[in-house]
Order: sequence, then C-alpha cells, then structure tokens
Amino acid sequence: MDLDYTPEEQQFRAEVRDFIHSHLPKEISAKVHGGKRLAKEDFVRWQKILHHKGWGAPSWPRQFGGPGWNAVQQHIFDEECSDAGAPMQLPFGLKMVAPVIMTFGNKGQQDYFLPRIMDATDWWCQGYSEPGSGSDLASLKTRAERQGDHYVVNGQKTWNTLGQHADWIFCLVRTSTEGRQQEGISFLLIDMKTPGITVRPIIMLDGEHEINEVWFEDVKVPVENLIGQENKGWTYAKFLLGHERTGIAGVGRSKRELKKLKEIAHRQTAGGHSLMSDQRFRDRVAQVELELMALEITNLRVISSEHEKKAPGPEASILKIKGSEIQQMLTELQMQALGHYGLPYLHESLDATWEPDPMIGDYYPDYAGPLTGHYFNYRKTTIYGGSNEIQKNIICQMILGL
Amino acid sequence: MNFNYTEEQLALQDTLRRFIAKDYGFEHRRALAKAEPGFSREAWAQYADFGLLALPFSEDQGGLAGTPIDTMLVMEMVGRGLLLEPYLQTVVVAGSLIRDYGTATQQAELIPAVAGGELMMCLAHYEPEGRYDLHHVGTTAVRNANGWKISGHKCVVIGAPSADKFIVSARTSDGTRDEHGISLFVVDRGAPGLTLRSYPTQDGGRAAEVHLDHVQVGTDDLVGELNKGYVMVERAIDFGIAGLCAEAVGVMSALIEVTLEYLKTRKQFGAPLAKFQALQHRMADMAIATEQSRSMAILAAVGAKTDDAETRNRDITAAKAYIGQQARLVGQQAIQLHGGMGVTDELNVSHYFKRLTMICATFGDTDHHLGRFSATLMAA
Ligand SMILES: Cc1cc2nc3c(=O)[nH]c(=O)nc-3n(C[C@H](O)[C@H](O)[C@H](O)COP(=O)(O)OP(=O)(O)OC[C@H]3O[C@@H](n4cnc5c(N)ncnc54)[C@H](O)[C@@H]3O)c2cc1C
Repeated sequence: MDLDYTPEEQQFRAEVRDFIHSHLPKEISAKVHGGKRLAKEDFVRWQKILHHKGWGAPSWPRQFGGPGWNAVQQHIFDEECSDAGAPMQLPFGLKMVAPVIMTFGNKGQQDYFLPRIMDATDWWCQGYSEPGSGSDLASLKTRAERQGDHYVVNGQKTWNTLGQHADWIFCLVRTSTEGRQQEGISFLLIDMKTPGITVRPIIMLDGEHEINEVWFEDVKVPVENLIGQENKGWTYAKFLLGHERTGIAGVGRSKRELKKLKEIAHRQTAGGHSLMSDQRFRDRVAQVELELMALEITNLRVISSEHEKKAPGPEASILKIKGSEIQQMLTELQMQALGHYGLPYLHESLDATWEPDPMIGDYYPDYAGPLTGHYFNYRKTTIYGGSNEIQKNIICQMILGL
Repeated sequence: MNFNYTEEQLALQDTLRRFIAKDYGFEHRRALAKAEPGFSREAWAQYADFGLLALPFSEDQGGLAGTPIDTMLVMEMVGRGLLLEPYLQTVVVAGSLIRDYGTATQQAELIPAVAGGELMMCLAHYEPEGRYDLHHVGTTAVRNANGWKISGHKCVVIGAPSADKFIVSARTSDGTRDEHGISLFVVDRGAPGLTLRSYPTQDGGRAAEVHLDHVQVGTDDLVGELNKGYVMVERAIDFGIAGLCAEAVGVMSALIEVTLEYLKTRKQFGAPLAKFQALQHRMADMAIATEQSRSMAILAAVGAKTDDAETRNRDITAAKAYIGQQARLVGQQAIQLHGGMGVTDELNVSHYFKRLTMICATFGDTDHHLGRFSATLMAA
C-alpha cells in the first residue's frame, strides 16, 4: 500500500501542468472559473489544442492514437485540467461511443470515426433515453427497419445533451420486438444532417438550453452505420455503461469547485467577519471536503483495479452516487454563501462579456451571477447517467447480492 | 388548546383556492412572471375585494382585525398558487410596521390605501455587508432643518420595483453594527436621490438594489421612536418569517400532491413508479417533513403575536430553521422523483422548488436561524 505519487508520476504532473499553463487560452479558463456559459467553439478549440499535443484522447490506448496512459496518469491529467479551468472534455465521443467503436466496430468504422472524434471534427451526442424509457432503458421504442442497404428510423429520443451542436448521434434503436426486450436492440450511428431529424430544445429550470428532444421521421441510415451485430446493441450499451470510469466521480472538478467555495467563503461577510470564520458554515465546507477526500481514494482504488484488468465492476455506482452528491453539495454551498445575492436572476451574467452596471456591480460579487442557477441545474447529476436510485439498485444486486 | 380553524378562516382559504384554480393557473402565472411588472394588478384588486389587503389591520384603522393564523392561511395559499404579488412585503411586513409603530397620520394615510389596493410598500433594510444581521445598518440619516437626509445602499429589496413607498432603516446614532441608533423612515418612491436597479429573482419575483443619495425626508416621516428601529424591524420581520413559513408549507403540500400524482402515472419497468418501495419511503419522508413543518408554521404564526420579544424570536427562529431544512428535503426530492422532467422549466415542480429555495434564503437562511436558536441555549 502506498498513497504517494512516484517520482515519475510527479514528473508527469509537472509536464501536464506546464503544458496547460502555456496552452490553455485565458479567455476560456476565465469562463470556466467564473462559471460562465461555454460556447461550442470553446470545447472544440481546447480539444484541438490537446489533440495537437497528442493528448486528445487521454483514455484511449496507443493503437487508436491515445497516449496510452494508465489510470493514475489519467487521474492526474484530469486533476490538472480541472484545476487550471480547462473545459471538460465532453464524454459522448471520447468516452462513450469511441470505446464501443474500438471494441465492437469494424475496421472501416474505426478508421473513419475515431480520428474525427479525437481532432474534434465531429461533435457526438447520445441518443438513448426516450420519453417512455428513462430508467427502464430496455423498453425503448424508436424503431429501425431494415430496407435494403439502409435502416429507416422512426421515433423520439429525449434529454439529449448538447445535441443542438452535434454532427453525429449514437442511438439505441429497436430492430426486433421478439423475445426479451433487451434482445431486440441495435446500436446505430446516425448523421445528424440526415433528412427527417428534428432537434427541439428543452429549457431547463435554470433557463438554459443544454438538452433536446430529437425526433426521427423516416430517417434513412446506411447499414454500414450499424455497430457489431443487429439485436446485440444492449450488450454494447452495457459495456459502455461499465466502461466510463475515470471521469464519472468528477473528482478534479469538485476539487476546483471546493477551492472556489473556500475563496467565496473568505470573501463573503457574516457577523462582521468573513463567512469562513462562521463555524456553522465552515463545518459544512469541511464536511464536503471529508466526502471528497474519501471519494478521491475510492476513485483511485476503483480505477487502479480496472487498470489491473479486472472486469469493470459495479463499484462505478459508488463513484456515481458520491460524485454527484458532492457536486450538488458544492453548488448548494456556493449559493448559500451568497446570502441575499443568491436571489437575483441575472441571466445575462452567464455571458463572459457581461459588465454589470455600477448600481449593481459595486455590491454584487463578481462570482455571484451563475451560482444559484448552477445549484438548480446540478439537480440533474443525481438523475442522469443512471439515476442514483438505479445505482443503489445495482449496488444491492451486484455488490450486496440482495 | 384548539387546533380547529373557524368557519370564516376555512371560507377565506376556500375563496383563495377557487381563485387560484380559476384565475391563477400555472401557465398564466408563467406569463405574468415573464413580463413586467412581474405580477397581476387585477389579482391585486381581487385581493382587495377579498379583504386580504385589509386583513391584519385593526378595525379602527379600517382593517378586518385578522389574526396571524388568518395570515398563515393566506400565505399557505400564496405558496400553493405560487402567487407573485408582493403581499408579504406590502401587507405583512411593511403593513404591520405602520400598524404597530406608525404615527396617527401615517396610519390614517397609508393603511386605507394599502387595504384598498392603491398603495404598495416594502421594507428596505438589509445591506450587502450585513448578510442577515438585522442590526447591521450602515445607511445614515443626518438631521437637518427639514428633517433628515438619508444615504446608503439596500440590497435585494424584494418587491421594491413596484413599491410606491419604502420604509427605510437608517442610522441616526451609534455604530454600523449596534442595535441602538437605528431609525425608520417612510420614503417616497419618487424622492430625489432614490434610485432603483430592478431585476427578476430566481423564483420569478422582482427585487431591486435601492440606492439612497442624500434623500431628504421630513420630520413627520419618522416611524416610531428615534433610534429604536431595531425592535420594530425585528418584529416586522418576525411577521414576515411567520408568513414565509406558511408559504413554504403551501409549496411543500403542493409538491407532495404533484409528485404523488406523477409517481402514480409514470410507468417504468412495467409498473407505476409508486410501486417501488424506495420511492414510497421517500414520499413518506416528504409527507412527514411537511406535517412537521405545518406544526412549526402554526407555532410561528401564534408566536408572532407574542409581545415578549425573547419568546417570539425563539419560536420564529426555530420555525424558520426547521422549515428551511424540511423544505430543502421536500424540494430536492420532488425534483429527483420526477427524473428528467423535474429539471425542466416546463413542469411546475421546478418552479415550486425554486420558490422554496428562495424562501430559505430570505429573512435569514437556515444556518442563520439555527445559529440564532442555538445561541438561546446559552442563555438558559
Ligand atoms: C440534464 C440531463 C441530461 C441528460 N442527457 C442525456 C443524454 O445526453 N442522452 C440520453 O440518452 N439521456 C440523457 N439523459 C436522460 C437520463 O439518463 C434519464 O433522465 C434518466 O435515465 C432517468 O430517466 P427518467 O428521466 O425517465 O426518469 P424515470 O426513469 O421516470 O425516474 C423517475 C424517478 O424514479 C426513480 N426510479 C425509476 N425506477 C426506479 C426503481 N426501479 N427503483 C427505485 N427508483 C426508481 C428514478 O431514480 C427517478 O428518481 C439526461 C438527463 C438529464 C436530466
């Protein structure tokens, strides 16, 4: 047992930090630190910078152009990127569809799609959930009928994250209604520009547009875009769910947000002193930090065992539950720290270019604008990616054997 | 001891329930919140007709001599209907200040106007540096031949954009954080030197930064005794807190209803969500939290009547702390049980949740009141 980073790992961290320091555009990190809205271009620009360095796909093996990092290196990279205020590398292409293509896709699909994911040519989104199929994903109804050399897709996906920017969507579709539900599902890659696809925004409770409904009306998809075998899509999807491990806990981002929370607590006043000197509030900050310390080690334990090539296990559910709860606690405390200034709804403050007029700017803290909205928005973290109730069901069944 | 409501009280609640069902549907409310002034003047006139705006004032002031329990019942409906009109600010807080401490002239001038629906008021008290401390007043009122000149900044004054008159706290003696030396003044919205920076709040309401730059008020604009404003503000805000507690209970009961309905209709894994025991227990916790909160809201309403400041503060602060905790649980879980639907703008559940969150941050958040309550243990 050794919890210290080796000299090589420390060396690696220094190298990563140097690179980010000199290559991460300041206007992007300012947005991330300030909780401002990121544009598509911000994500794409950073991805291209990383790709140029050969770090575009931290979790990919070398044979597909990844850096071949082990779990600890990936963790260090994530931590450094988060701390520096780099935009999150969106998981839909890099961590969701790519591993499926690598494992179950054919050579042609690998050669075409993987490089385009890595260099940010294609923006991917995930089309799993449907209005009637959320937690019970296997009941999905979007149909794909084989007609000659293509499938014709009809149905509706929903809760689709950032699909408004997407070039491609990976979908679970029903290709058979016989046998068990799970056995009639296929995994299709669909070009978002195909006629018959309509993307409609869903406005979230914070007023932001980050999710969509995606409608399919007689959408023709070439059979080459089927992954693996017809009716085997559920197996691939389950592989994917178990696979995305390193990022799920969000340790790096939570560390950054904890740091920010502390800064805010030092700057806010209460009882004539800084809010940080209010023991009741400070204890709450301390409590989140305890949770995060435990999660960081749990996370490293889980991802290291994966590195030792044990099968992806249900421990990922622990990371999902704790990671999401910590993210929620952090946003809640950041809002709470604001006191009265948690109330104003200054939606325009999400723009990086927002300049408050002096009437408000002289009093309203410069970090306040996005925080209450974040708290509202982050209720999503215990719902998406397999809700926390579903994760607990998994722990009961798979770990506890109940 | 008697926990029954009178016929009149039940009738009052019924009137409001029918009004909300008929004239204050969710989509209508959404449209109101989006446009200026952020609420309905017609609804306000209705409230005047119902007698709501005259409720807490004594009969010789032209009021209905309603009790804090009446106010509680009204505020519960304000919560259920997510009503946007500045009832709490005008009638419950500023209204009670004038009722309890105003000069005879102020009462004669202001109360009938409030009761008739022609006048909106609000208390402009909290300041950026003071967080929730009621004694933190840095705004100054400097005596001159005509009265006082007030300068300072009041933050996130809820209801300010529509207020015709403000009751402003300002320091007439002692230091920024002393209880003694605070005085209250009635200030006209149009007074030279008074500027507003209005904005919507996270729950669809309206508030403003209120800036005062050498605002001249007259000798007869002083409310109550000079330098004794602290107790007055504290008392008015206690009424406000009792009102917010009741409003929170209204929101929580509405959330229980919509969530229950959702769990019964939404099917996953071939069964209504309501069949899953994990979710049943969650609903049970939410129902318990709401009933316990209702008890605390009653305690706060009854407590608000008490003249003994110590007993009153203790009950009020206990209720705000406790209800804050329960409201958090009910609000967060109502969202969670709705799954993705819970985080959309489309359903009312997120709007109830946002209102609850803002209630928790108004007139002192949960931690503030927990601290205030726990400090009383030292004295005993
Ligand atoms: C912001 C956001 C982004 C998303 N992005 C995407 C995306 O990009 N692509 C995509 O495909 N999907 C996405 N999703 C969808 C997400 O995966 C689903 O919301 C999630 O699976 C839950 O499904 P549901 O919303 O239908 O809720 P439901 O399944 O209806 O669940 C409602 C509630 O019941 C609980 N519940 C359900 N079944 C059980 C049970 N058996 N036992 C106990 N409790 C249960 C749930 O935990 C939840 O609390 C996103 C969702 C959100 C909120």
